[in-house]
Amino acid sequence: MTWVSFFQQIMNGVSLGSLYALLAIGYTLVYGILGFINFAHGDVFMLGAYFSFFMIGVFLLPWWLGVIIGVALCAIVGMSIERIAYRPLRDAPRISALITAVGVSFFIENLGLVTVGARPKGFPRPELMKNVYILAGARIQGVTFWVPIISVSVLLVLLYLVYRTKMGMAMRAVSKDMETTRLMGVDIDRIILYTFALGSALAGIGGVLWACKYPQINPLMGTFPGWKAFTAAVVGGIGNVVGAMVGGFIIGLTEIMIVAFFPGLSGYRDAFVFTILIIFLLVKPSGILGETLKEKV
Amino acid sequence: MGREEKRDLALTLILFAVLMLGVSLAERYLNTYLIRILNTACIYVVAAVAYNLINGITGQFSLGPNGFMAIGGYTVAILMLPLVQKEQVYFLQPLIWPFNSFSFPSHLFLLALFLGGVAAALAALLIGIPTLRLRGDYLAIATFGFGEIINVLANNFIPLTNGALGIKGIPEYTNLWWTVNWAFWSVFMIKGLVNSSFGRALKAIRENEVAAEAMGVNLFRHKLLSFVLSGFFAGVAGGLFVTLISTVSPSLFTFTMTFNLLIIIVLGGLGSITGSVVTAFIFAFLQEILREVEAPITIGAWTFPGIPGMRMVVFSVLLVVMMIFYRRGLFGDKEISWQLIIDRIKGRNESEK
Repeated sequence: MTWVSFFQQIMNGVSLGSLYALLAIGYTLVYGILGFINFAHGDVFMLGAYFSFFMIGVFLLPWWLGVIIGVALCAIVGMSIERIAYRPLRDAPRISALITAVGVSFFIENLGLVTVGARPKGFPRPELMKNVYILAGARIQGVTFWVPIISVSVLLVLLYLVYRTKMGMAMRAVSKDMETTRLMGVDIDRIILYTFALGSALAGIGGVLWACKYPQINPLMGTFPGWKAFTAAVVGGIGNVVGAMVGGFIIGLTEIMIVAFFPGLSGYRDAFVFTILIIFLLVKPSGILGETLKEKV
Repeated sequence: MGREEKRDLALTLILFAVLMLGVSLAERYLNTYLIRILNTACIYVVAAVAYNLINGITGQFSLGPNGFMAIGGYTVAILMLPLVQKEQVYFLQPLIWPFNSFSFPSHLFLLALFLGGVAAALAALLIGIPTLRLRGDYLAIATFGFGEIINVLANNFIPLTNGALGIKGIPEYTNLWWTVNWAFWSVFMIKGLVNSSFGRALKAIRENEVAAEAMGVNLFRHKLLSFVLSGFFAGVAGGLFVTLISTVSPSLFTFTMTFNLLIIIVLGGLGSITGSVVTAFIFAFLQEILREVEAPITIGAWTFPGIPGMRMVVFSVLLVVMMIFYRRGLFGDKEISWQLIIDRIKGRNESEK
């Protein structure tokens, strides 16, 4: 393997990793606050791609406007899911919330299959993503170059929102101790809605960028990225925003590198992520940046 | 054994005899369509009761039954497929040794089913060891991934699974005798287990892990055994399924299978074995009835073409609505026992007096 192609693979890995990171944050935020896996998150990611697809391809909006509306719709969907399906179950046993999440996920996927069909659709990419750049002798596609730049900027904005704003402080407080935060006069319901809006918007952006990278979209496209992103959240330490990002990059880079070094195994690339998950659960279940939680009575 | 236990056992055996009589009548008089639905229902009973053991009774959220059923199904298919058929089916790449050199004759079908169950149980052990030591939902995420990975392996490991083409021409050994017997004995075993001290420990874990641990219950060992047993019966159910429809392919055991089982155990009531049995039958028939939903429907100006999937939309809405408004399900965590039936009959007699 030459240095040039190695560099290309690194770029690929970073680009894939940044997408996982975008998705993983949504999982980790919800898990940190409500303590369950939001299985529907991967499907919001899929919706992001489809909403933008329809805005650009059917309503013929300019690319940037279509994407903004698509991402906003994702945020609304995320908030609706929380309001309709999860809020009534907040005090129910955790397994009920999990089952509901699986139900919501299945609902979105199958509604997608029924309404737009299982056949993949071509996603309209902007010129920016199609350009080819030559960097230090390596030919880099616009996607591989712009996807990590956009997603890393979005991640920086998110870090600012979580660690430097009042709303972010409230979110972190709710995830530490919901009851005490309520006593401090914070409107818990509003914070949780905000969390879902934020996570879903990130998933929507992730979906659009994913569709730019792999421009075939179908209603089940969110399942695997969603599951890998959750694995990334576990690897980074579930509940930890920075950890989710680190985990995302680790999973993305590993996946690309395994395929790059062992092309014969590319059919099994999804199985490697599973192996990473099992190894982490065995060796360091709290993840890289996670704190060990003790369950209290 | 106390008097009541003896009575219950006798009544159970009588029930079994009645069931067997019913099967011989059904095999003779019912049409093939009905028999097929009954077979499917009984397989659902085996799989759902097993799934309820880990999800409903132990309270650990697993999403893996489709993976375990796939392992059981493929194991039975590879073991039972006649040698001539093996050469025809594996034309892309020959089947790997030692499976290409032998084939189970029909009288070893029971052994094949057991081996299918054991293979699935081993897989459950491998996933259970890293995940069940931990608190939280790691089991859910690992089993969900596992189900998808099995699908990937089934598609890619062609010398064993024949890839996306799957395996065709598996002898159709499964009939009502097999399915009813497996349904009956698996319910009998799991119900016995649930009523034992082991089962009480499982329920204690479901209600409160910290309290259960304080009472001296070894959380990890109990969860693991429950999960492995659940995997075993799921594997057997998978084996029965492929020898019922005589074919297996990666698309047979997708997440939809797990979702169906989830619907069954939630509708019946998480933790109620009676509930799972009843709703497995309801579900098998409902699925046939709801085929109507998938026919083209016209509502006003909208015409929905007949797409497979509309059923799943209905089922997923049903699941969410159930969780929000009627979490208990049909049976809650209640069971029908002989004692209950006898009390009911006696109670009615007394009120009539």
